[in-house]
Amino acid sequence: MALKTYESEFKIVRDDSKCIACQVCVRQCANNAHIYDAEDEKVYADDSKCVNCHRCVSMCPTKALHIEHTPLQFMGTANWTSSAIRNVIKQADTGGVVLTAMGCDKKYPNYWDRILLNASQVTNPSIDPLREPMELKTIIGKKPDKLEFENKGGKVSLKTHLTPQLELSTPIMFSAMSYGSISLNAHKSLARAAFEYGIYWNTGEGGLHKDLKKYKDRTIVQVASGRFGVNSEYLNTSAAVEIKIGQGAKPGIGGHLPGEKVPEEISVTRMIPAGTDALSPAPHHDIYSIEDLKQLVYAIKEATRYTKPVFVKIAAVHNVSSIASGVVRAGADAVVIDGLLGGTGAAPAVMRDNVGIPIELAIAVVDARFRDEGIRNQASIIAAGGFRNSADVIKAIALGADAVYLGTAALVALGCHVCQKCYTGKCNWGIATQDPYLTKRLNPNIGSGRLMNLLRGWSIEIKEMLGGMGINAIESLRGNREHLRGIDLHDKERELLGIKAAGETW
Amino acid sequence: MFRFEKKANPFYEKDVSGCAVSAIMNTKGRRFSSEGIVKSIANQRDRSNGLGGGFAAYGIYPQFAELYALHIMYQNQASAHKTEQYLDDYFQVEHKEVIPHRHDTVISHHPFLRRYFVKPYPVGEKTPDRIFERLSEDELVIKNVMRINTGFDGAFVFSCGKNMGVFKGVGYPEDLAVFFKLEEYSAYIWIAHGRFPTNSAVWWGGAHPFSLLDWAVVHNGEISSYGINKRFLENFGYNCTLFTDTEVIAYIFDLLVRRHDLSFEMASKVMAPPFWDEIEKMPDEEKELYTTLRATYGGALLNGPFSVIAGFKNGIIALNDRVKLRPLVAARKDDFAYVASEEAAIRIVQSELDRVWSPAGGEPVIVMLEEPAAVPTAP
Ligand code: SF4
Ligand code: SF4
Repeated sequence: MALKTYESEFKIVRDDSKCIACQVCVRQCANNAHIYDAEDEKVYADDSKCVNCHRCVSMCPTKALHIEHTPLQFMGTANWTSSAIRNVIKQADTGGVVLTAMGCDKKYPNYWDRILLNASQVTNPSIDPLREPMELKTIIGKKPDKLEFENKGGKVSLKTHLTPQLELSTPIMFSAMSYGSISLNAHKSLARAAFEYGIYWNTGEGGLHKDLKKYKDRTIVQVASGRFGVNSEYLNTSAAVEIKIGQGAKPGIGGHLPGEKVPEEISVTRMIPAGTDALSPAPHHDIYSIEDLKQLVYAIKEATRYTKPVFVKIAAVHNVSSIASGVVRAGADAVVIDGLLGGTGAAPAVMRDNVGIPIELAIAVVDARFRDEGIRNQASIIAAGGFRNSADVIKAIALGADAVYLGTAALVALGCHVCQKCYTGKCNWGIATQDPYLTKRLNPNIGSGRLMNLLRGWSIEIKEMLGGMGINAIESLRGNREHLRGIDLHDKERELLGIKAAGETW
Repeated sequence: MFRFEKKANPFYEKDVSGCAVSAIMNTKGRRFSSEGIVKSIANQRDRSNGLGGGFAAYGIYPQFAELYALHIMYQNQASAHKTEQYLDDYFQVEHKEVIPHRHDTVISHHPFLRRYFVKPYPVGEKTPDRIFERLSEDELVIKNVMRINTGFDGAFVFSCGKNMGVFKGVGYPEDLAVFFKLEEYSAYIWIAHGRFPTNSAVWWGGAHPFSLLDWAVVHNGEISSYGINKRFLENFGYNCTLFTDTEVIAYIFDLLVRRHDLSFEMASKVMAPPFWDEIEKMPDEEKELYTTLRATYGGALLNGPFSVIAGFKNGIIALNDRVKLRPLVAARKDDFAYVASEEAAIRIVQSELDRVWSPAGGEPVIVMLEEPAAVPTAP
C-alpha cells in the first residue's frame, strides 16, 4: 500500500546560482542526502535522507545550502499533528517502536522560564564581581552533622575529618554519556575540559578508555545495570563512582547498543566481545530493593577503600523525594536527579516524552524533604536534565541543588545541532557515532577549548547574577529560595517550589 | 502599634532595615548605669527613624540570678491569661510582675509588658517533654518559648535568659530608655539598637535586640543569605518566627556555640569565613580546617552587609561581614570595652580612649569577662 508521505520531513534547498559542485556536502553527509551526478556535473538532494543536522549548511563554502521543514504537511487537526500521523504510519509499516534521541520534545511547562531572580537596591549593596571576590567553589559529598575540634596546647585542630569530597571550581559538571553512545573524541574533549577547568566529567556506563586514565582525578566512573567495563581498576581510576539507577529520558527502562556499534575499541573498553549487543537491563539485577542498593554502595566503597564518594543517579519520577531520601539512607554521598527533559542517545519516544517530572519540581521537593528529615547535610543534590543557560543553573542552585550536570549543552558546544538522530550512529558532527570518518571531525583540542569557553561564560554570568543579589559565595544562594519569585504559576506549583509570587515582598 | 497577628508560615515576610548599634561592657563584671549606653545610642539618632529601638542588659536581676527571666508582651488580657496558664504547667513561677514603665512619655501605645522569674519543673510526671526528649533546662525553655511565639496569638516572649533582660519596642531607643525606666537598672554589659526599617509594618517584637536564653543580638544590615540561613536552621529544629535577620544570627550563635561547642572565634569564622583564595594559601592543617568549616557550615555563612553585636553572660562579640559593607568601631579604656556603628557614639561616652580601631571585615572583636560571670549555667 502506498501510504507513505512522510519520508521527507525536511527539504534541502540548494541555490544553483551559488553551488560550484565542489561535493563538500556529499562527503559531509553520512546520511547520503547529497548525491553527485558526474554526468550532469551537478549535486542533487534526496530530501528523505535529511535529518536537519546542518552539517552541510555549515560546511558549504559558498553558502549555497538551506534546509527547511518540508511544506508538505498532513492536513491533520490540532490533535492529529503531522508527527502523530507520521508515527502511526511508521509503526503500521514496521510494527516497531518509534526511536528517538536527545531530550523530551513535548511542550510541557518550563518552570525555569517562570521563575524570576532578585537583585539588590539601596538597602543592600550589590557586589561587583570585577572588583570583589565572588566565590563559586562547590564541594560535593556527605557533610558531618557537626564538627569537633581538639585543643592541643593552645592550637585548635580538627577532630572531625570530612569523608572524600569533590571540589568544583564552578557548580557545573558534565553528565554521564557513555563511550559507545558518543565518540572517543567527544570523551576526550569532555575529560580534558573538566580536567583543566577544575570540574568533573562522567564516563557514562560504557567504561573508561585507556587513553583517558590520565584524567582520573577529574573522572566520575559510572556503574550501571550492564556493568560494562567495571572492575576494581576501573572503580579506582576515578574521583567518584556513580551508580546509575535511572535516566530522565527513559526512567524505568534499560539500554541497547547494537552489535554493529561495538567495534574493537569499544569492546575492549566495555569488556564485551566485539560485535555483540551491549544490553543494559532495566533494573540492576542485584538491586530489587533499597537494602540491595545499600549493599552495592558499600561494596563500591569497600572496593575503593572509602577513598571515593559514591553517587546514585535516579530519574525524577513521581515519588522522587522519598526515593532520594532512601538513597541517602542507603549511604550515597550525593544523589543525582535527572529530570523529565534529560537527554539520551537512544530511547523510545513514548518514554522520553511522557515519563517523569520536571527537574525544577524534583529539586525543590527533594531539598525540602531532606531538610524536613534533617538529612540535607548527609548528601549533595546534583540536578540534571535540560539546563540551557546560566540562569537555569543559578535557579536550580537557589531551589536547592549543589551542582548541575550538563549533557546536551556540552554536546551543543561540541557542534551538536540537536537533530535527535543520535541513535542512527551517523552523527555528522562526529559526536554520536563511532565511524572513524565522522569522529575525526571532532578535534578534542578544539572541543575542550569550546567546552571551557562555555564553562567560563556561564561562570561569569553566575557571578554577575550573584553579585547583583548581594551575595559573594555560592553557598549563600544554595536553597535560598527567598531570591526566587514565580510568575504564571499555580499556588500549588509555587508551594511545591517553595517560592513566593512575583510582587510579593521578603 | 504592635503586630501580633503575624505568625510564621512558609512564606512569611522579612523586615528589612538599616540601623545603629552600640555596646558597653565592663570586663571586670562591675555593674554600671544605663547613662552611657543611652547617650551613645542617642548620638546615632540619624541612623534610626523612630520605628524601633531597644536595649539588653546583663547582671540586672542578681536577686533572681538562677531563674530564667521571661519578658513577655501581650496584645490583650486574654492572651496573657492563656499564656500564664501555660507557663504554670511547665514552670515554677517564683515571681511575676509588670515590667516597670512610664505612661507620660512619647511612647503612647504599647502592649502589656510582664516579666516572670521561672524555673522548669524537675524531671517528673509534670514534665513529659523532659522525660521523652531528655531536654536540658535550656532546651526546655527554648522549646516553650518557640511554642508560645509560634502558637499563642497575641503573646510574644522577647527575652528568656538568666540575670539579663531585653527592653525594646517601637520608638527611638532613647525614648524607650525613658519609657522602660532604664535608669533604675545597673548592668555589666549594655547593648543598644536604633532601627531604620524600610517598611512601615513595624511591631514591638520585631525591634532589636533579639534574644534567646542569654544571647542578645543587635545588628545593622540585610542578610542576603537569609533564605538559606533560615532553612539551614530548620534542619536543626529552629523555627524562625520573627521575620528579622537578627533572629537567624542569634540562632546560629546558639547552634554553633551552645549546641556544637564551637569557640567564638570558630563561630565567627563560620559566619564570615576567609575567602577560598586565602584558604588556598594556608598551611595544610589550617587549610583543611577552614575548608571543612566552610563545607560543613556553608548554610550558616552570613552573606550581605552586616555589623552585629552579640552579648552573652560572659562577654560580647562584634563582627562585620567579610567585605565590611557596614561600619563597626571598637575601643578600649581601662576595664571598659566599647563597640558601636560610629566612633562618635563611643567618644561621647568616653573621650579619652586607650585604643580605638576599626575591625577588618570578618575579624571578630571578642571581649570576655576577666572572671566568668557568677551566673550558674544550666546542667
Ligand atoms: S557544499 Fe555547497 S557548493 Fe559544494 S556541492 Fe554542496 S551545495 Fe554545492
Ligand atoms: S549528537 Fe549528533 S546525532 Fe545527536 S543530536 Fe547532536 S548532531 Fe544530532
